[in-house]
Amino acid sequence: MQIRVENLSKKFGDAVVLDDLSFSVSSGEVIGFLGPNGAGKTTTMRIITGFLAPSSGTIKIGDTEIKDDPLSARKKIGYLPENNPLYLDQRVYEYLGYIADAKNIDNKTQEIKKVLEMCGLTERISQPISELSKGYKQRVGLAQALLGNPEILILDEPTSGLDPNQIVEIRNLIKEVGRKKTIILSTHILGEVHSTCSKALIINRGKIVASGTTDELLAQAKGKTFIHTIIIGDKEHVQEKIKAIPSVEGIHEETAKHNGEVAYLIESNDTSDTRKEIFNTCVHSGFTLLEMERKQKSLEDVFAELTK
Amino acid sequence: MKANRPIKAIIRKEFSGHFYSLTAYIFIVVFLVAIMFLFFDQFFLIKQTSMRVFFSLVPWFMMFLIPALSMRIWSEEKKYGTDESLLTLPISDLQIVVAKFFGSFLFIGVLLLFSLTLPITLSKIGDLDWGPVIGAYLGAWLLGGAYLSLGQYISALTKNMIVAYLVTIAAAFIFLILGFPFVLQKTGELSAVFYTLSTITHFENMSKGVIDLRDIVYYISFISIFLYLNLYSITRRYWK
Repeated sequence: MQIRVENLSKKFGDAVVLDDLSFSVSSGEVIGFLGPNGAGKTTTMRIITGFLAPSSGTIKIGDTEIKDDPLSARKKIGYLPENNPLYLDQRVYEYLGYIADAKNIDNKTQEIKKVLEMCGLTERISQPISELSKGYKQRVGLAQALLGNPEILILDEPTSGLDPNQIVEIRNLIKEVGRKKTIILSTHILGEVHSTCSKALIINRGKIVASGTTDELLAQAKGKTFIHTIIIGDKEHVQEKIKAIPSVEGIHEETAKHNGEVAYLIESNDTSDTRKEIFNTCVHSGFTLLEMERKQKSLEDVFAELTK
Repeated sequence: MKANRPIKAIIRKEFSGHFYSLTAYIFIVVFLVAIMFLFFDQFFLIKQTSMRVFFSLVPWFMMFLIPALSMRIWSEEKKYGTDESLLTLPISDLQIVVAKFFGSFLFIGVLLLFSLTLPITLSKIGDLDWGPVIGAYLGAWLLGGAYLSLGQYISALTKNMIVAYLVTIAAAFIFLILGFPFVLQKTGELSAVFYTLSTITHFENMSKGVIDLRDIVYYISFISIFLYLNLYSITRRYWK
């Protein structure tokens, strides 16, 4: 099931929360929404699930606009809202039974069994939700979203507040169900996008500032590479020689040690691999090159740059 | 039957929700014990097998107790954010509002059923006129429904259950005293309007044993109006 969001805008009074957002997600894709807090991730998800209405713009699920048939659109969507709201005084099976009936699911017992197994909740079914740990509560939230086998899953920060092991488990679960479904998830953990999502959208102040696979995002932000080096040699001489390399844009001394080792950060414009030339320069000029490491931009750098 | 499943699920959940939160037990104990005590206190003085005293107490008890039921309906959902998962289920907003109402309305019905021990006892020890009793029970249920719809609307306006409780009592009190003789006598031409608007006058009519269609229409309209306002207040989230 494809989701197409076109020119979506949302205003709360005078505040513009979403500003002309357009993107699409197709079946089998897991798309990650990235953005700082308050960027509009949750608002976008709330609009897609029909909790809020957009100020303008359209959302199509398959070929139908959700505005025209909100109930059948909701039927296709499994939603895990932000902060995972649950009825804490119910037991796990009561809660899932209630959601299954509310979603009008036939052969309820089998369906519930299926999601319990998927989420590893089978042993907890008779516990009150309030007594579950945060990780298990999150699984209950995920289980209710998965009930009824919806074609689209919308998960608002599915791994927030979980411990590292639980995060891995939930990510694997998402990856597994993501093969057949369309999934939109939001997060501010950048590694999560890399490990679970086939595509990422970075939004800031209600606008999409970048989109693509994580590799594409990294490529977009390219242009400069930083090379860490430690060289022994006369400082001025070293700087002069290195600056003479055409692709080098600058060299900064970072730290100097008593034994003559000096760490430099060399900035290069990435037209060619500068490391070879640095090495050759050092050899020809008689410097001793002790260390050299190319630092590529990380997703964190890309994110920080785009959402400044 | 299949199409009704989601509505039934919500009704069941609302009904049983009162038992989880213990309000149900407090409710039953306060209502039954206190009202029975006050009734029998008078009963042995008057020495009549009549339910008059009981039914004169019912509107006051309901004024304080129904808001305790209704305050949870939306305020609790809003407080914990569960309204978001509820309102994104494939059920229309109207069905949710109506189902929530009936969940608690049935609870009021069960509560009144428990108090049937009283007329049954009276009919054993004397000659009880069942006509007014049946009318008054129906009236009491509808009166409870009216307060409930009022409280359900008010609880949709706030996250705070205590605020919802107190505001509902105040609103219910206004609808109650509008029909009191001292108000009706002093208000001249407006008194006819107040007489029609008040929740108590229609209940009094019904507890005389005369089931007039006008009284039933009044309660149904009252409930419908507040459920409509409730629907409006939850769909307003779209346009905020």
